[in-house]
Amino acid sequence: MTDLRVVGGELLPPANERRHLLSIADLTKDEVERLLATARSFALSQERDNKKLPTLRGRLILNVFYESSTRTSSSFELAAKRLSADTMTLKAAGSSVDKGESLKDTALTLSAYDPDVIVLRHPEVGAAQYIAQVTDARVVNAGDGKHQHPTQALLDLHTMREAFGRLEGLQVAIVGDVLHSRVARSLVQALELVGAGAILVGPPALLPAGLAPATHDISAIADADVVYVLRMQKERMLAGANFVPSLREYTAHWGITPARLREGQRVMHPGPMNRGVEIDARVADSDASLVVDQVRAGLVVRMAVLYDLLTTGPVAVETAVGVA
Amino acid sequence: MLAGRTGEENLVIRGARVLDPAEGVDATLDVRIDGGVIAQLGSGLDTNEHRVIDAAGLTLAPAFIDPHVHLRTPGREDEETIESGTAAAAAGGYCAILAVPNTDPVVDDADVLRGLRARAAEEAVIPVGFLAAITKGQDGEELTEMGALADAGAAGFTDDGRPVATAGVMRRALQYNAVTGRMIAVHCEEQSLTRGGHAHAGQVAAELGLGGWPSLGESLMVARDLDLAAETGQPVHLMHLSARESVDHLRRALAAGVRASGEATPHHLCLTEEAVRSLDPNLKMNPPLRAEDDRRALLDALRDGTIAAIATDHAPHSPEEKDVPFEAAPFGVTGLETSFAALYTTLVEPGVLTLETVLRRMSAGPAAIFGLERPRVALGAPANLTLIDTNGSWRVKAEQFRSRSLNSWLLGQRLRGRIVLTVAAGRTVFEQ
Repeated sequence: MTDLRVVGGELLPPANERRHLLSIADLTKDEVERLLATARSFALSQERDNKKLPTLRGRLILNVFYESSTRTSSSFELAAKRLSADTMTLKAAGSSVDKGESLKDTALTLSAYDPDVIVLRHPEVGAAQYIAQVTDARVVNAGDGKHQHPTQALLDLHTMREAFGRLEGLQVAIVGDVLHSRVARSLVQALELVGAGAILVGPPALLPAGLAPATHDISAIADADVVYVLRMQKERMLAGANFVPSLREYTAHWGITPARLREGQRVMHPGPMNRGVEIDARVADSDASLVVDQVRAGLVVRMAVLYDLLTTGPVAVETAVGVA
Repeated sequence: MLAGRTGEENLVIRGARVLDPAEGVDATLDVRIDGGVIAQLGSGLDTNEHRVIDAAGLTLAPAFIDPHVHLRTPGREDEETIESGTAAAAAGGYCAILAVPNTDPVVDDADVLRGLRARAAEEAVIPVGFLAAITKGQDGEELTEMGALADAGAAGFTDDGRPVATAGVMRRALQYNAVTGRMIAVHCEEQSLTRGGHAHAGQVAAELGLGGWPSLGESLMVARDLDLAAETGQPVHLMHLSARESVDHLRRALAAGVRASGEATPHHLCLTEEAVRSLDPNLKMNPPLRAEDDRRALLDALRDGTIAAIATDHAPHSPEEKDVPFEAAPFGVTGLETSFAALYTTLVEPGVLTLETVLRRMSAGPAAIFGLERPRVALGAPANLTLIDTNGSWRVKAEQFRSRSLNSWLLGQRLRGRIVLTVAAGRTVFEQ
């Protein structure tokens, strides 16, 4: 999403441009605000009995998932349906990808359907950018390797704003395997964009230098308004990987338990959770948890992203959304 | 050690600035070549009815030697052949190249080597030398028959593409290599630190989520191999150095009298990890592009001679290998046809390096390391010359390449310092 203009001082999308959402790094603060405002409008629309909006009728949105996903693929699909777009979800398993088709050929094949948007999840860094280069569709990066997962960061911002009423000045402790986390990379950039602070907490070998202040000391979460717990990817923790000696050791040092939280702190997790590993079940089910809010936010934020990419020209959000 | 044709060209190159730093020549001269040999230097020379090239305003220098080229032959002739690779080299101003043996099959056997040299004698556009493998199959375990390979014409030894992983095997290779008297060139990589790495383990990889390939992955192996060279008293050549720490190790070793040398590539001299932000697979190479202070250390080392050679590590890849997302792409970029112009445009014109330094490191430096005859602009010397036009500029386009592969990091860029003529071993092998 480059070269966006603010029309008439309002936060509206630009006219007639083919845009993508590949990385939070491509967004300005105004663009984030515009997306969050749009998401908020859609949240209101989702309180009605008839939740379906005619906005994207006749548009085609392809969800292409080369990695397993529950939340992201289902919420993109539902977001497209709520906006009356046609949608199709292609999973790598059971497709021609299994037969060795290259990403390029899959992309060209799908392009033949003239999709308006391709939502892509892929295990390799740069895959979404690549698809943006070889097709004519607008592309939403739904996760490329360890690089970016921008809609997750946007839904996290939306969740935090709903919970705290603000974003600026919030302190967020991101706990766990930052090294392998696209969620963490997008979130750190998004928090910086809106004037919130981030600190990274976890095993030393899983904290890359240069992203944000980092410490292995779990007591550093005490100053945070939000404790953002990353999924401990078990496949990274195989014997011999030696990032941490064992999952048990991880849980003992960095697991988020009731005792490690203070009054007023909220807990977030991008899912899927490993209860009893990175997050104690009592925390996951407590009032401090915003995990379900995140899932709900995922729907409206993804509606906002699809709407934003496909809206050309200055159309007032309220008009388009039909909020009375 | 070189295979290929020689020629008996008759030619007069008139009025160029003749610049041979190693010979101490820098003057506007005519150069007459009789039967492939430089016969006269001066002004207003008799042409002897030779063809005359008017080179006023151009620079004539000793042609270049590239000690590190992947010719992909045998096995991947779709990516490069001896003919296409040497034609590309000729267009880049080279009069000789050395090919590395990580082919299919690996050049670890005297018969494979003899076959390659026979093909080169037929089809090479410029003379080419073949480095043979240090270990069988480049597996790092069992030494090749280095004596037989040297007898069959190996120009040296390397397992390039891979390190010799264990110190014990590397030590034995250095010890035994006393028998051949050829150079051992090493690809320094401690794989337990680089596995899963796609880019320099620095700020950019951290932000992009790319697996890190740390400087230590190189410098630890550099330190090991320099210590082994010191202990065995045998020479070692360090390929494609990229990290500041590696340069520091090499400089200290040279000061202590260790027989060692190093090379750096144009891409490591011109670019940093910042370029990787584009996620262009043509900016993915091994070792990776590093930080600005690493690049500066390489430039310092090039100036003071710690690094005596510039090598392209020309690594052709097919489109289907490189037309993929960054992480899926193999390492390697081409470089033969653009090396001088890239260095001239990026480093010489802005005053970072002198033209003399670049010319020395592209010609006399690699020749000395591998025991090849130094290309010279001198009476009686075989004509190994390149004529350079530093006046105009051009945009690099895919259709210009003679290489069979197009994975250049310079596609679309505007360069200055064009090669307009190359004479190799007494033959005109390229003319713009």
